[in-house]
Amino acid sequence: MELVNHLMLGFGVALTWSNIMYCLIGCLLGTLIGVLPGIGPVATIAMLLPATFALHPVSALIMLAGIYYGAQYGGSTTSILVNLPGEVSSVVTCLDGYQMARKGQAGKALGIAALGSFFAGSVATMLIAGFAPPLAELALKFGPSDYFSLMVLGLIAAVVLAHGSLIKAIAMIILGLLLGLIGTDVNSGVARYSFNMPELIDGIGIGTVAMGVFGFSEIIRNLEQGADREIFTKGVKGLLPNWQDIKQSAMPILRGTILGSALGILPGGGPILGSFSAYTLEKKLAKDPSRFGKGAIEGVAAPESANNAAAQTSFIPLLTLGIPSTPTMALMIGAMIIHGIQPGPQIMTARPDLFWGMIASMWVGNLMLVILNLPMIGMWVKLLTVKYDYLFPAILIFCCVGVYSINNAPMDVLLAGLFGFIGYVFIKFDMEPAPLLLGYVLGPMMEENLRRALLLSRGDPKVFFTRPISLSLLIVAALLLVIVMAPSIAKKREEVFVADT
Amino acid sequence: MKIGHPKDFWGGVIFASLGLVFALIARGIPGVGFMQGYTMGTPARMGPGFFPFWLGVILFTLGAVIAVTGFRKAHGEGALERFHWKELFFVLASIALFGVLLKPIGMLLAGIMLIVGASLGSHSFRLKSALLIAVFLVIFCALVFVAGLKLPIPLCPDIDALQSFTVCRA
Repeated sequence: MELVNHLMLGFGVALTWSNIMYCLIGCLLGTLIGVLPGIGPVATIAMLLPATFALHPVSALIMLAGIYYGAQYGGSTTSILVNLPGEVSSVVTCLDGYQMARKGQAGKALGIAALGSFFAGSVATMLIAGFAPPLAELALKFGPSDYFSLMVLGLIAAVVLAHGSLIKAIAMIILGLLLGLIGTDVNSGVARYSFNMPELIDGIGIGTVAMGVFGFSEIIRNLEQGADREIFTKGVKGLLPNWQDIKQSAMPILRGTILGSALGILPGGGPILGSFSAYTLEKKLAKDPSRFGKGAIEGVAAPESANNAAAQTSFIPLLTLGIPSTPTMALMIGAMIIHGIQPGPQIMTARPDLFWGMIASMWVGNLMLVILNLPMIGMWVKLLTVKYDYLFPAILIFCCVGVYSINNAPMDVLLAGLFGFIGYVFIKFDMEPAPLLLGYVLGPMMEENLRRALLLSRGDPKVFFTRPISLSLLIVAALLLVIVMAPSIAKKREEVFVADT
Repeated sequence: MKIGHPKDFWGGVIFASLGLVFALIARGIPGVGFMQGYTMGTPARMGPGFFPFWLGVILFTLGAVIAVTGFRKAHGEGALERFHWKELFFVLASIALFGVLLKPIGMLLAGIMLIVGASLGSHSFRLKSALLIAVFLVIFCALVFVAGLKLPIPLCPDIDALQSFTVCRA
């Protein structure tokens, strides 16, 4: 069977000693940084990106993927113990996880999160292996207009799922697209928005933007809040859930996995929608919904499985279409390009070792997280009790050194500082910055495809509505917008995000 | 007239002004030498100004809509949050200083300045502990990033006399 052959090839790459080591180091570092309060996967990956520079591209990607899973898992740990989600997708985990921790069941919550994530990750890895090849084949049929419409759909989907105001999220994406255009225009060679500064002619690196908006501004925010938070370190022993807990969580994990995997494939879907809808579903199905929010184990198991499944399957649009569906994936594209790999449908045939090796290493990474974290959780917890006065200098200097070493450019550090200020202002005006990063990566791609599409059609915009693929993508995008703006759903959406946070 | 929802209003104003700036730079202002603008082209043959100009226009419009709805919203919500200028200043100034000084004085000294400077923004600043953390962290960074990962980060001040020391060679 072809699938088996592919996976064999992949495991052959992933299971060499050196790659296992890189995967292990990635998971460890990712968890270590991801556990720190206020540091989500985006900032973690941006910070650790330079650590992969010296590596062979395949090993580098394997390590990056490890960092990503580690950061995700570390984020869940922080949610459960400190009630402080590192990113939106673990917001729901806080609800019941933190309550379990308060009841002295922190260990159980962390254990079920790890097991659920592992199950979800394994299923999702198989899905990627099965779905990616046919999708990549389909992607080869895509013309420029189809790509453009796909990106429109992806951006709309991302906006619909962002929490907070819809119109602000759209504005944020447009701003991201514009910032992405800074630098030399490929077609005409004109340096746009670079104000004759040589550092800006190549554009601003996505790592720089991410570090500023998600790293530096978060440090300032944490400093101004000052007070240390209440952390539950008791009851972290006894990580393994008992038989009763597993029986209670088995179905929620399964449902969460299915829901998460499906939603993760959607461009723009990703872990956020997965975890929110898995939680809502469990609450609906429960015999006694009032238990939720008071420490129900299903309320941890389902969303944790869902966000991990979605985190995995969101690699599908990245690897087959070259289109990121979440800010984290946007950063992954940036990382791949730094290593000289252009993600897209051609990658599977051009670099099968890289493609299948990465997929196999996803599963290895998930396994490693379980093995690592069950015994090491005590150490992560200790890390959480360290005062912020000792933590933030470390975060700060890692960020600064990291930004500098992406291009060995001191100017990038200054730019990241500027973006830190911008990010701080955004937060103060309730402008959620996550969509910015997506737009940032897609800006040049959208312009390029729009140009090509209109060049081929001699300037006739109807081309977007006459090609079947493009038309159907645009219809889906329009439907999404209409659905979200419908008054009843708008209210519901508000409730999900407000009532649960 | 009072602004109903200051956060939305000013947020919208920020978006709108950014959109305006991007659109104006792309379009150019006739007669202003440094604002030449970029070639617009036609839809079939887009110039470098086409896409950014229209994105800027869209951003301006969206920002204006956000600002107007924010202005007309019911009173008593969305009050502006206080800006903590002290924390903001110390963290950002230290980052900028690190960027400027990294090459001339090296990562060891610049890193110490970064950490001590940023710590001044914390409520519970103590010089001694900040210095200790700083020294520990720069050594850690030197070991991990320069010795371990072989990243070309200058460690010592850019003075010829120092370059003969093995420690200083990245």
